[in-house]
Amino acid sequence: MSKSGPLSSSIARKMAMALSAFFLMFFLLQHLTINMTSVIDGDTFNDLSQFMGTNFLVQYILQPVLLLGVVFHFVIGFVLELKNRSARDVRYVKYKGAASATWMSRNMILTGLVILAFMGLHFYDFWIPELKTKFIDGDWSGMVAGEEGYRYLTELKHKFENPVRVGIYVVSFILLGLHLAHGFNSAFQSMGANNKYTKGLKKFGIAFSVLIPLGFIFIALFHHFNH
Amino acid sequence: MKLTLKVWRQKSANDKGKIETYPIDNISEHMSFLEMMDVLNEQLITEGKIPVSFDHDCREGICGMCSMHINGEPHGPDRGVATCQLHMRKFKDGDTIYIEPFRAKGFPIIKDLVVDRSAFDRIQHAGGFVSVNTSGNTQDANALPIPKADADTAFDSATCIGCGACVAACKNASAMLFVSAKVSQFSLLPQGKVEAKRRVLHMVEQMDKEGFGNCTNTGACEVECPKGISLENIARMNREYLKASVSSSK
Amino acid sequence: MATLDAKIPAGPIKDKWTKHKNDINLVNPANKRLIDIIVVGTGLAGGAAAASLAEMGYSVKAFCFQDSPRRAHSIAAQGGINAAKNYQNDGDSIYRLFYDTVKGGDYRSREANVYRLAEVSGNIIDQCVAQGVPFAREYGGLLDNRSFGGVLVSRTFYAKGQTGQQLLLGAYSAMNRQIGKGKIKMYNRHEMLELVKVDGKARGIIARNLVTGAVESHSAHAVVIASGGYGNVFFLSTNAMGSNTTAAWRVHKKGAYFANPCYTQIHPTCIPRSGDYQSKLTLMSESLRNDGRIWVPKNIDDIEAIRSGKIKPVQIAEENRDYYLERRYPAFGNLVPRDVASRAAKERCDAGYGVNATGEAVYLDFASAIKRYGKEKAIVTGEENPSDSRIIELGEGVIEDKYGNLFQMYEKITDDNPYKTPMQIYPAVHYTMGGIWVDYNLMTSVPGCYAAGEANFSDHGANRLGASALMQGLADGYFVLPYTIGDYLADDIRTGEIPTDSTEFKEAEEAVKARITKFMDNKGTKSVDHFHKLLGKIMWDKVGMARNEKHLKEAIAEIRVVREEFYKNVLIPGGAMELNPELEKALRVEDFLELGELFACDALARTESCGGHFREESVELDGPQKGEAKRDDTNFAYVSAWEWTGDPGQAKLHKEELEFNDIELKQRSYK
Repeated sequence: MSKSGPLSSSIARKMAMALSAFFLMFFLLQHLTINMTSVIDGDTFNDLSQFMGTNFLVQYILQPVLLLGVVFHFVIGFVLELKNRSARDVRYVKYKGAASATWMSRNMILTGLVILAFMGLHFYDFWIPELKTKFIDGDWSGMVAGEEGYRYLTELKHKFENPVRVGIYVVSFILLGLHLAHGFNSAFQSMGANNKYTKGLKKFGIAFSVLIPLGFIFIALFHHFNH
Repeated sequence: MKLTLKVWRQKSANDKGKIETYPIDNISEHMSFLEMMDVLNEQLITEGKIPVSFDHDCREGICGMCSMHINGEPHGPDRGVATCQLHMRKFKDGDTIYIEPFRAKGFPIIKDLVVDRSAFDRIQHAGGFVSVNTSGNTQDANALPIPKADADTAFDSATCIGCGACVAACKNASAMLFVSAKVSQFSLLPQGKVEAKRRVLHMVEQMDKEGFGNCTNTGACEVECPKGISLENIARMNREYLKASVSSSK
Repeated sequence: MATLDAKIPAGPIKDKWTKHKNDINLVNPANKRLIDIIVVGTGLAGGAAAASLAEMGYSVKAFCFQDSPRRAHSIAAQGGINAAKNYQNDGDSIYRLFYDTVKGGDYRSREANVYRLAEVSGNIIDQCVAQGVPFAREYGGLLDNRSFGGVLVSRTFYAKGQTGQQLLLGAYSAMNRQIGKGKIKMYNRHEMLELVKVDGKARGIIARNLVTGAVESHSAHAVVIASGGYGNVFFLSTNAMGSNTTAAWRVHKKGAYFANPCYTQIHPTCIPRSGDYQSKLTLMSESLRNDGRIWVPKNIDDIEAIRSGKIKPVQIAEENRDYYLERRYPAFGNLVPRDVASRAAKERCDAGYGVNATGEAVYLDFASAIKRYGKEKAIVTGEENPSDSRIIELGEGVIEDKYGNLFQMYEKITDDNPYKTPMQIYPAVHYTMGGIWVDYNLMTSVPGCYAAGEANFSDHGANRLGASALMQGLADGYFVLPYTIGDYLADDIRTGEIPTDSTEFKEAEEAVKARITKFMDNKGTKSVDHFHKLLGKIMWDKVGMARNEKHLKEAIAEIRVVREEFYKNVLIPGGAMELNPELEKALRVEDFLELGELFACDALARTESCGGHFREESVELDGPQKGEAKRDDTNFAYVSAWEWTGDPGQAKLHKEELEFNDIELKQRSYK
């Protein structure tokens, strides 16, 4: 039906948003699982990190796809926000949004922007050094010269020494939680899932939005206090 | 009761409009909100001023004509009622009440609190019907049994009064609840299934053309809907839309 | 006095309609598109007619004063729609529906029309189901029925308490399909202010665009008036605020006879008035009388105690309650027809037994139904020896399933919980059986001008049965008018488009503009509502539920005074060329003020009591029916059709004698 590209209709756009959200939520789960090993067993964490950091599929296929997914989710998010703002050209003098919708659902753009900013920091902390090591220095060994074992856990612990950084991480994760608290079930609703399982799914979504950020926070605090 | 009303006054579509303040006294708590507006207008006429224009008709919550945004919410603070069934007992003596029109690009203001909701009609023209001609020879009404659960759900969707509170409440001014209620009603009934694909694609296309925003599933529409139309309808429409777009040959 | 020809086809009653359909002229499909039809009003009758005519190929122009055709007041009908389907196997038939309708109308309706109505009633249900109207169904997937006041079978189809809404949305959807195809041109927010006649035929209307204020001419080969009833002549009624008589009255003033204006239905179960600011009354579905018992206290002391708030109604012992309907009408009890129930309530309240501050309310009590259902439910669910409170809990559940939305509506409006304390109800003006006189083809006395639905007078006689208004509106719109109008239009295939620059249109337009200017220039001091309320009070007090010669004569004189005062002293703020609700109201009230007088004159002339028209002078003096309304078939078995002569008080009476060949005239007894 769509006359000018697959994303011209409002429903198609929200489905695109939902699909990219599913992908990103799955990524979060995967990211948390690997990070969690850093608390449980350093060697496993190092092995997994080396695998993820050097595997062709991960590096050259999944990583770009992930990046695209992130960019796509943000771009569509911004497009939606702009379109939605223009759908009410004159604002209400008095608008009581809180009476009918949660703070989370009304402020996805805000929590999303914080997450975007956080990702900048996160890239600066981990991804850019990693790129430098691998692609500029050409060092794919995962080792630091003169030291034993992989470098990943050491670097991780080092990053979480600074309490300010840990603080920023914690706050960002809380906002991520708020983003997920609406986003998780919203994605399902957008894809048309609303049936007898919806109630259970809602609870699961809340659990997901609490546990995932809580896990990341735990890891950050753990390494901050144990180095 | 003594109240201070802050009412949006706008002479015409092109006028800029502003909030005017009107003190009002001797309001009984048994009055409906619109009867309070009648009192205000009577007072304005006596003072030689222009009364406030507002849409209203049946005053029993079914025609969907009344459309006021009261203290930041469509149809005011009460739940499950249109403005006409909101009563003054929901307010306190000395309250200040903000009264604005439903605001959305798809609902241009005609005058004061009166908005043009013909976009809703145009969406229905695009497909809100079953293509059956009047004839004394359609099959017998009982020839096609319909499961009670489906008939009941279809009825629940069909109780939408087309007031536009969903659009007014939505931070995105999205019309998804309204459109999905009609799509749902027909998609649940065998009579509507034949044209289901065409219907959902056309109605959504028209909805987008009218300049309504995108649904972000905040759920405000469901909460503010005077008839309690469920968000389930939106999910159902999304499903129908997905099915239709994937399988449509065009 | 002239007599009127209703053009009823000859032959046995059951063959009349079929034969007539076979005999009338048809318009070739290729010619239909050259023919324009104006439909004023988009309720069940207008909406159904507009859609059907457009489907047939005519070019339709539809008008409504609301912002969308979906808002017409048919939407507010709650209870249901009758049809002689006999799905419940309780012996229903076309004849029985026909008989019940004629009897319910107190033998003042036209037999042939009513028979046709009963005949097409089944098709309506088929049509609506095909459109996707979600009627209530049983678990087997088939349609459910309920019974309604005044009849002995279950023939009412319903969609919870919102049947009118669902049927109207069905008609609206059929219209939408045609609007989308360009076959109907829809004029929202337009009000018809004049009928235009060319060479004696209805050829168009003058309408005001309510948004811009522009006065516009619209032409057509035929005009259909489906603008509803005139209950708002009483100011307070269950009609919508905008419901008005202007389209009908303007047609009347252009030569269409107005029939039986005094036949008004006062619905017994409405929420009582709460104060002077009251703008309208809200109906509670008649279905409530299936389970609710109506009573007032027996002792006047209790009344005073209740009014002053010293005791609550639940504290009044069983033996001190007067279940007056059960007392007076043991056979039908609380299920007597509407007119009977309303008058009985008035009788009690006039005697001083009204239970609220205004003295105009009686109780509708669900306590015994709650207990009865609770006990039944306990048996079904197998609960042994349930406590009283458990029984009440179960019973309230059953009542909630049946009437939940009505109870909620009542609570929202009155702030009283009807599960715990009896509802207060009082009769209110609800429907007008009278209307524009039409012949069998639904054509008025102006050639080319038709009237359908509540706007015409045809099918309900002096009293309408519950769930019959929806039936009649849709019958007229879907199944009668589309056929009969072709008979007339067959002569118009060569006429071509009707020009709107003719003298007739120009003159009509100027007359409307002059009326508007006169109002705008008036240097008055009082609002339109002020006069409307004055009129309403006269109508309610003197032309209401019970009428007598003295009061009617007073009413006529008083209405004339109010009318004069209105023209002198009404104040319309704002301008004419903009959205101006006060101007809209003034143009409507102007017509109500004339209609009100004709209404009273008609009531004065009809010295019998029949259906909704009760003359205090005409009651049974003794026998088992003592005190009940007394009909006079010898002198009044006719339709009073009034011709406009320039003054509503001087209208000329034409009689259409009613012949009853298939039904024997009897006294209605509900004892």
